[in-house]
Amino acid sequence: MAIDARIFQIGFQAILLTAGVLLRDFSLLPLQMALALASAAATQAFWLRVLGLRGVGYLSPMITGFGLSLLLRADSLWLHPLVACLAISGKFLIRVRGKHVFNPANFGVGVALLALPGAWVSPGQWGNDLGVAVWLIGLGALVAQRARRDDASWLFLAIFLGLVAARMFQLGHSFERAWEIFCHQALNGALLLFAFFMISDPMTLPDRPVARRLHVALVAVVAFSWQFLFYRPNGALWALLCLAPLVPLWDSIWPGKRHNWHGNRSLQNIVAAQGKIPG
Amino acid sequence: MKKMLVAGALAAVVGSAQAFCGFYVGKADANLFNEASQVIVVRDGDKTVVSMLNDYKGDAKEFALVVPVPTVLQKGQINVGDKKTFDRLDAYSAPRLAEYYDPNPCERRVYEMMRKADAPVPAAASVGGAAAAKALGVTIEASYTVGEYDIVILSATQSDGLETWLKQSGYRIPANSAKALAPYIRQNMKFFVAKVNLAEQAKTGFTMLRPLQFAYESEKFMLPIRLGMANANGPQDLIAYMLTKNGRVETSNYRTVKLPANMDLPVFLKQGDEFRNFYKSMFGEQAKKEGYRAVFTEYFWDMGWCDPCAADPLSPEELRKAGVFWVGAPNSDVQPMPLPGQPQARIMPPRPFPGGGAQPVMLTRLHVRYTPETFPEDLMFQETKDRQNFQTRYVLRHPAKVEPNACPEAKPYLESVIKRQENEAQQLATLTGGDINAIRKKLTLPPVPPQKPWWDGLWGNGAAK
Repeated sequence: MAIDARIFQIGFQAILLTAGVLLRDFSLLPLQMALALASAAATQAFWLRVLGLRGVGYLSPMITGFGLSLLLRADSLWLHPLVACLAISGKFLIRVRGKHVFNPANFGVGVALLALPGAWVSPGQWGNDLGVAVWLIGLGALVAQRARRDDASWLFLAIFLGLVAARMFQLGHSFERAWEIFCHQALNGALLLFAFFMISDPMTLPDRPVARRLHVALVAVVAFSWQFLFYRPNGALWALLCLAPLVPLWDSIWPGKRHNWHGNRSLQNIVAAQGKIPG
Repeated sequence: MKKMLVAGALAAVVGSAQAFCGFYVGKADANLFNEASQVIVVRDGDKTVVSMLNDYKGDAKEFALVVPVPTVLQKGQINVGDKKTFDRLDAYSAPRLAEYYDPNPCERRVYEMMRKADAPVPAAASVGGAAAAKALGVTIEASYTVGEYDIVILSATQSDGLETWLKQSGYRIPANSAKALAPYIRQNMKFFVAKVNLAEQAKTGFTMLRPLQFAYESEKFMLPIRLGMANANGPQDLIAYMLTKNGRVETSNYRTVKLPANMDLPVFLKQGDEFRNFYKSMFGEQAKKEGYRAVFTEYFWDMGWCDPCAADPLSPEELRKAGVFWVGAPNSDVQPMPLPGQPQARIMPPRPFPGGGAQPVMLTRLHVRYTPETFPEDLMFQETKDRQNFQTRYVLRHPAKVEPNACPEAKPYLESVIKRQENEAQQLATLTGGDINAIRKKLTLPPVPPQKPWWDGLWGNGAAK
């Protein structure tokens, strides 16, 4: 039996985080990370107990804890654990037909940016070093493929970067300049991280492949517009967050087979089967 | 141990640069060497006030400045500012030295000392030029004379047309300017072109170029550095003072890195130009280490106070001059702020801003050394909610002057001083990429007995000499 793809994701996130903290001047304290992980796990335990769910593990809160550590910066110690708690709670509470609506880390970051003081996201902080990009692509592709929703990552990148290239052309840049700018965009660590670890989350994408592709394309277009037509940072994060409520709609129009992680019964299926949370 | 003095405001002038956010258009190719360009960007919501300090040193007659701006600016949106504002911001936010004096290990006495800050003033230049009116696909949207400047706001439909217009108006612009101008035209941006009106300049009595300021609303939080690269020749420096309400500013499309700071360094840095030279080479080394791909944070602090202060925080009047529009207007019911005289070393307590309600002003000082290859895009910024203060502060620890035999504590103390000085020297060498031996030579070590051999005292009988 294949290993749960999430094991790879957790391992990779840990490597990235270590590299980022050591090499990239992340303003992230080890304690913030530890608190995020601990809080995510504790929140998961709390909800599993309250809802009486069994057979659901702790891989998901770990991914959320690492994801929040990778994305979110804060000038206090309480913010990471609070956001982790909200993110995991959001996963249990905001559900339609037993399927959670928001990617937990995405939801947590959105809430933190909108509503909490002293929280921010540094989209430029990964830099554009080739090495980082190669690592991200190499390891990320592995995770994405194992999660069998690999089309999402590549489709998002293709559309987003395609639009970036079209914009270069429309702005009349010389070929050399356009290529430089394109590379600068394409090697952005934050973008690749989003593509391989957030939008590829099989749990929060539509189940039917055609719906999934449509949704990913929408996210890419909105992300591009946010960033290059409205000149606001973190386009991808906001696009995914704002469009997430459409996923239940796509699922009702085009029902499909729900994703199930290997070696770990899907929380969603359990929830749906037990009818613990009305959909 | 008591903390004492704050020293040396360092002029943030490192390396040489040719241009800034727009480009200088000169008839002569020579004499375009400027020091670091300086910009003040004040922003809250979409409201933006940008001030640009021209450090152009060529012939005044041959000068013009071209800056892409988001809209056609009204006359009231343009102002000629005061260079003092830049000097004040520079002095307040400059990298600084803090000195501590070791207590005498025998007497535990505290020494205190103060040192004067020095803020070198970059030279200025004067300007002049004649306007040509003929347009070629170029529309003169507006033209004003503000202070000593003749200003035209242009819109263009084609980069070739704009290049031709500028050329016909008598400016020898860099060969590939059309290519550099095109993306701004396609983004529907206007061009702010300023020249010096020599007659007006004579009236003002200023021989130097005063900074130009403009206020506008735009969703874009950015600085168009790419245009200035059209005639670039090697790395260029830009220092940006970002004044905001909520928190630290960083670039969203490049890495923003804090400079190494708050470490102990050899005390000789206090002498003469040593600190300035140290900072220059340290910045150069760090920029190189980052492959000229990073923007450095040199300072981030609430404008209301500082610790230690390299210079007084700016007064509300000075802040308004810098463009901080949310600070109380001078003739509203403003409580005058008591500003102390000239103390150099102190902690300023946070003070409330006038005009009712605390409306803080946060200053982020960013310093970037860029090349055309490493910064392919204009700088895009975002204001974070980060409020953790940061300053490039370096610490000097003066050893106590004490004879080795003065008391039993003296000897181990002096030995620890030697160890500490060696660490400081290594720290300095690492930061600046300098030669450790040259640094060691500069260190004047207090006379101490040579290191004891490791076996000294092994047999418990003490003196092995």
